[in-house]
Amino acid sequence: MSARTRILPALVALAAVAAVLPAGAQQPATVKLGIVSFLTGPAASPFGIPGRNGAEIVIEALNAGKAPPPFDKVGFGGSKVEAKYVDEAGSAANVVTEFRNLVQRDQVDAVVGYVSSGSCLAVTPVAEELKALTVFYDCGTPRIFEEKPRRYVFRVSPHATMDNVAAARYVLAKKKNITSYSGINQNYAWGQDSWRDFEGAMKVLAPKATADKVLFPKLFAGEYGAEISTLLTSKSQILHTSFYDGDLESFIFQEQARGLDKRMTIIMTTGETAIWRLKDKMPDGTIIGARGANGPLARDTEINRWFQKIYTDRYNTPPTYPAYQMAQSLLGLKLAYEKAAAAGGKPNADAVAAAFTGLEFTGPAGHVKMALGEGHQGITETAYGTYKFNKQTKMPEIVDIVRFPAECVNPPPGIDADKWIAGGMKGAKC
Amino acid sequence: MLTAFAIFADGLVYAAYLFIVAIGLTLIFGVMKILNVTHGSFYAFGAYGAATAVGIYANAGWPAALGFLFMLAFGMAIGLVMGVILERGLLRLVYGRDEVIVVLVTYATFLILEDVIVLIWGAQSYAAYQPMVAAGNIEIGDLILSNYDLVLVALAAGLAALAYWALKYTRYGRLLTTVIFDRETAAAFGINVTVVYTATFILGAMLGALGGAVMAPKISVTLGIGVEVIVLAFAVVAIGGMGSIEGALVGALIVGICRAAAVHLVPQIELFVIYGVMALVLVVRPYGLFVRARPRKI
Repeated sequence: MSARTRILPALVALAAVAAVLPAGAQQPATVKLGIVSFLTGPAASPFGIPGRNGAEIVIEALNAGKAPPPFDKVGFGGSKVEAKYVDEAGSAANVVTEFRNLVQRDQVDAVVGYVSSGSCLAVTPVAEELKALTVFYDCGTPRIFEEKPRRYVFRVSPHATMDNVAAARYVLAKKKNITSYSGINQNYAWGQDSWRDFEGAMKVLAPKATADKVLFPKLFAGEYGAEISTLLTSKSQILHTSFYDGDLESFIFQEQARGLDKRMTIIMTTGETAIWRLKDKMPDGTIIGARGANGPLARDTEINRWFQKIYTDRYNTPPTYPAYQMAQSLLGLKLAYEKAAAAGGKPNADAVAAAFTGLEFTGPAGHVKMALGEGHQGITETAYGTYKFNKQTKMPEIVDIVRFPAECVNPPPGIDADKWIAGGMKGAKC
Repeated sequence: MLTAFAIFADGLVYAAYLFIVAIGLTLIFGVMKILNVTHGSFYAFGAYGAATAVGIYANAGWPAALGFLFMLAFGMAIGLVMGVILERGLLRLVYGRDEVIVVLVTYATFLILEDVIVLIWGAQSYAAYQPMVAAGNIEIGDLILSNYDLVLVALAAGLAALAYWALKYTRYGRLLTTVIFDRETAAAFGINVTVVYTATFILGAMLGALGGAVMAPKISVTLGIGVEVIVLAFAVVAIGGMGSIEGALVGALIVGICRAAAVHLVPQIELFVIYGVMALVLVVRPYGLFVRARPRKI
C-alpha cells in the first residue's frame, strides 16, 4: 500500500468526523472590532494614545484568556478578537467616512472609540442608520442619549455632568465660606457644557457664592497671558477648568510662572491625565478629577491591580483615565457579547445590543450600571482628590480623596442633565 | 488703572509673540510672493527642537544662564536645515507656477511634516518650562508678570530694530528691497534673484523656528501647534499688509492690544476680536495697512 493510498482513507474519515461534530466544537469565528481614537493631533498624547494602548493591552489579555474572572473566557465568548485601529483626527465628515468604512468595508462586529464629543454626535445617527453596534469610550456630552433613544449606541463611561457636579460637591466639602469662583474653559461644547454644569451645581449647593471671571479662550490657543492677568485681579477663591491636553499643560506652565495657584485653588476636572507627566510641575493643592474613579482614584481591587500591572509593565507609565475608559468599554462589550452568544451561534448586533441594555458589571474603575438613556448610558461612582507631589518617592500622589456614589452626581433616568441641575438636583442620593 | 496697565502689558506680550511668528512669514511673502503654509511647520519644528535642546541641556548640568541661548540656537539650526532642504529640494521646482499651485505645495508639505514630527518625536507632548521658571517673576500691584514674557517683548523689539536696520542700511537689505519692489527689474539690473530667494527662504524658516523655540518654554509642545500659529500669523500679516515688516509689527500690536482688552473687558468676544479687527482693516484698506505702492507695468 502506497503512502498516497494510506492517507486517502484517513482524510475521508477525518472529514466525516468533522461533519458530525456540533457547530460549537468548530474553530470559533474571529470577532472584528474597530478601535477609533486620536492617534495624531493635540488630543493624541493625553487621550488618544492611552486609549489605544488600553485597547491593545486588554484585547491581548482577553485573547490569551488571562483576564481575571468574570472576563477570563478567551476573547469574546471563545472567539479571538481582531482589532483595527483608526485615527480619529480630521473633520466630522472624515470621522463619519472612516466609521462607514469600518462598518461597510471592513465588516467589523462593533466599533469602540471616540474622544471628541463632536465625533460622537456625528457618528451616532450613522451608527443607528447602519445598525452598527457602537460603544463610545471617552466623549462626555450628555446629548447623545438625551436627544432621543438609541438602539445600537452605548457608552459605559459616565457623561460630563458627573464630573462637574462632583467637582462642586468636593470644593464645598473641603473649602468653607467660598464667596466667589471663576472659570476658564475651552470655547466649544466640552468647555461650555462643563462650566454650565459646574456653575449650575454651585448655584444649587452654594447660592451665596457668585461667579466672577468666566473665560472661554479658543481651543488650542496656547497663550493665556491675558486670561491669567484677569484671574490675578479676581478675588475668587477657586478656579474651575476642564482644560485638557496641551491647553492644560500650557496653562499650568504659564500660571505657575505668575503665581496664580498661590492666589486661588485650581480644580481640574481632567487633571489626572497630566500628573504622571508633570510631576512636581503640577501645583500642590490642586484638586484633581479623573472623569470617574479612574487611575489613582480607583479602588484597590483585584481587577484594578491586574489592569494597572499589565498596562504599566507594557508602557512604563501608569494608565490614565482614557485607558481605564477604554478597558471598561471593552469589558462591558465582552460581557454583553457573551450574554448574547449564550443563546447559541455568533450573535448579531441586535442580540448584543439587547444584552448590553441595562447591563451591570464591575471593571477596573468600579461598578458600572447602564442606568440612563434607557439602559444605554452607564453611571459609576466618582471621586476627587487633592494633588501632592511626594518629594521622597518623587511620584505624584492624590490625597484627601472623597468618593461620590453614582446616584449622588448623576441625574436619575428620564431627566436631562441640565434640567436636573437647574431643578436643584432632586433625587440625588449622597 | 490696574486693568489698563494689565491690558497694556498683556497686549505687548501677545503682540511680541505674534510678531516673532509673523515676521518670517511676511518676509518670505514680500520677497518670493509665496503664501507659505509650511511656516507653521517651521514653528513646530523650532518648538520641538527647543524642547529637545532643553532636555539635553538640563541633563548635561550646564550653567542655567546659557540654556536659553542654547535652546534658541538649536531651534534656529533646525530652521536652517529645513529651509535649505525645502527651498533647494522642492520650492525651486515650482517657481513661476501659478500662486495657487505654490500654496498647495506648501500646504501639502505642511501636512507631510506633521507626520514627520510623529516619526521623529512620537505622539507624546514635551515640556521645556525650565527657562521660564529660571527667569522668575516681578510683582506690580496685584499683578504678577513673568520675566520670561518681558524677555519675549525685548526680543521682538530687537528683531524689529534689526530688520529695520538691515533693510535700510545693509547691502543685502537694499538688494532685498529691490527684489520686493520688482523682481524682474531687479534681475535686469544684475541682482541674482535665485540667491536672494534661497537666502530669504532660509532666513524666513529660521525666524519661524525661532518663534517656536521662544514659545516652547511657555507651552506644551504637542502635535498640531503649528496649525493655530499659521492662522494667527496670516491674520497679522493681512492686517499689516502682505510682505511688510513694519506692517507685521503694527498688525501684531493692534491684535495684541485688542485681544487683551477683550479678555479683560468683554471676554465673550475674545474669539471674534482678532478676525473682527482684520475684517475692519481690510474693509478700509483691502491690501493691509502698510502695503507698498505697486508700479504699473505696460
